Amino acid sequence: MRDSHEWTPQAIQAEIDALRHKPGALLPILHAIQDRIGFVPEGAVPIIADSLGQTRAEVHGVISFYHHFRTAPPGHHVVQVCRAEACQARGARALEAHAKDRLGVGYHQTTPDREITLEAVYCLGNCACGPSVRVDDAVRGRVTPEAFDALVDELRTQPLEVIA
Amino acid sequence: MSVRVFVPRDTTALSLDADAVADRLRREAADRGLELTLVRNGSRGLAWLEPLVEVETAAGRVAYGPVAPGDVPTLLDAGLLEGEGDHPLALGPTEAIPYLARQQRLTFARIGVTDPLSIADYLAHDGFRGLERALDLTDQDIVEEVKASGLRGRGGAAFPTGIKWQTVLDTPADQKYIVCNADEGDSGTFADRLLMECDPYLLIEGMAIAGLAVGATQGYIYLRSEYPLAKEILDAAIARAEAAGYLGDDLRGSGRAFHLEVRLGAGAYICGEETSLLESLEGKRGLVRFKPPLPAIEGLFGRPTVVNNVLSLAAVPFILAEGAEAYADHGMGRSRGTLALQLAGNVRRGGLVELAFGTTLRTLMEDFGGGTASGRPLRAVQVGGPLCAYLPEHQWDLPLDYETFAEVGAGVGHGGVVMFDDSVDMAEQARFSMEFCKVESCGKCTPCRIGSTRGVEVIDRIRAGRDRDANLALLGELCETMEDGSLCAMGGMTPFPVQSALRHFPDDFRRAPEGDRS
Repeated sequence: MRDSHEWTPQAIQAEIDALRHKPGALLPILHAIQDRIGFVPEGAVPIIADSLGQTRAEVHGVISFYHHFRTAPPGHHVVQVCRAEACQARGARALEAHAKDRLGVGYHQTTPDREITLEAVYCLGNCACGPSVRVDDAVRGRVTPEAFDALVDELRTQPLEVIA
Repeated sequence: MSVRVFVPRDTTALSLDADAVADRLRREAADRGLELTLVRNGSRGLAWLEPLVEVETAAGRVAYGPVAPGDVPTLLDAGLLEGEGDHPLALGPTEAIPYLARQQRLTFARIGVTDPLSIADYLAHDGFRGLERALDLTDQDIVEEVKASGLRGRGGAAFPTGIKWQTVLDTPADQKYIVCNADEGDSGTFADRLLMECDPYLLIEGMAIAGLAVGATQGYIYLRSEYPLAKEILDAAIARAEAAGYLGDDLRGSGRAFHLEVRLGAGAYICGEETSLLESLEGKRGLVRFKPPLPAIEGLFGRPTVVNNVLSLAAVPFILAEGAEAYADHGMGRSRGTLALQLAGNVRRGGLVELAFGTTLRTLMEDFGGGTASGRPLRAVQVGGPLCAYLPEHQWDLPLDYETFAEVGAGVGHGGVVMFDDSVDMAEQARFSMEFCKVESCGKCTPCRIGSTRGVEVIDRIRAGRDRDANLALLGELCETMEDGSLCAMGGMTPFPVQSALRHFPDDFRRAPEGDRS
């Protein structure tokens, strides 16, 4: 995952300009910004609003409506635990309690070392092999509490960069 | 030629280490000087056997599964590349695996068989025959064919697809749209995902046919953001289909145009509701619209729009290629064709089961599913997603068809079947139904927005043992208000799982409160 959540108005504008010609461009633009810098900064709102000829309130309203868009930088990795029925039937309630306990954070919070942001998700479409967890873009199936711990250890093991 | 070995790459197989299996196979084969061609196919939908590795032999494909990376050396020792059967994971010829052999795969005939992105594979397995035929028919003839098939919306509402198409065809406009609802948010459903990841050209073909039928030149696939792999596969498939003339300005030299684009949702369950989806596509908050006007008359950007579920559109190529009758020959009553059932939750053999309408839940859960994964007795099953009822054992022998299920206050929905064993607390499940509605309500109408919050509170009081009788009566009234007064199915159907839990599992609401139990 990205290590920096730095952004500039120029970077935001570039994402907008690449997509503004599309009908209904706002969601694609918000996705592009979040994919690039990890979140949608508050400072992006007036730039988007001006570019699309909308009010700041309209843009803010869209950002706040959708669970996917976040307005603060996440940790290095985003871990989503499925809370929906099919995973509940396979122990998701115990898994989510374990995940919060192990990471020491609740949903929508980031661990103090900035490594992991914990999120809830309602279905990852892996319902025959639950409980499921999504780490960044990879889904994991049949995640026991032990498997969750191993996953977290793996995420926290930083690869050392050797400078030649 | 070297032996072809298939290792699936759909989300489920990948979630169970399929990439590591593929890597290990490649390395072990190289170390042993063995030649193999690795094909990353889609999944056959037999989730319980994933990763399901297949080997092509002179006698057809043979299967091994579920394969862990560490199984690869012993599999190769036992003659995997020759398709030998002397290994605990050997399953014999893939097509003879009873779970697969007993299905009626019309829509899902190709999943797992082909490389999802290979147009050559798609064509070799009857792909694009429906589109080629549609290009020779008039728009009205295509609509007639879909009407005659009896196809009804597979997203859950079961509205006749042909009638919807007729309305769009009959509404004059400068621009019309085909919108595919791929916001598969119901827990327990994964058929749309499987189809998009494992056979993306089928959806593309179905949408192109829909475009020809109603005179729409632009299509959108509204895909949920929880499906990043499906996005990647669809984007790649669309680019290849354009290059091959199956999409674009001139479909196969006909002079007819159809363009297609994937748009990502953003984690809002409500956007599976068609008018909310259209708002979202227009770049707005996903607030539900009042109906009328119907989207077929005033839909996306105010233009006539076909909004169909992935599976409705994916059923169309078969109907055009084989004829409406071939499709309508399957099924019972007014439910024609096949239903993609998805066995999920606490199930030993979960996966996709495509069958003609009319099977019973018991057959599905026992013969196919093999009972619970935990080995404990089955207690409840939620069919059709989080807005549909929980069914107790005495309803497991009903035939699965839209009308029969509606008669008992249940729904077939999108075909998800979520099984629970006897450790389930149905009062807790009822609470979750209300909580989910509270999280996902778009907020436009009061019964849904406020009712769901109050619903959580009332169920909490009941579970805590406070004024139980009065609160149970209140919950009953609240459910009625939500059902009668909500603008769409979100608030209107959230009561169904709650009421079914109350009706069929009343004891769970009268247990001693937590902490009071010894």
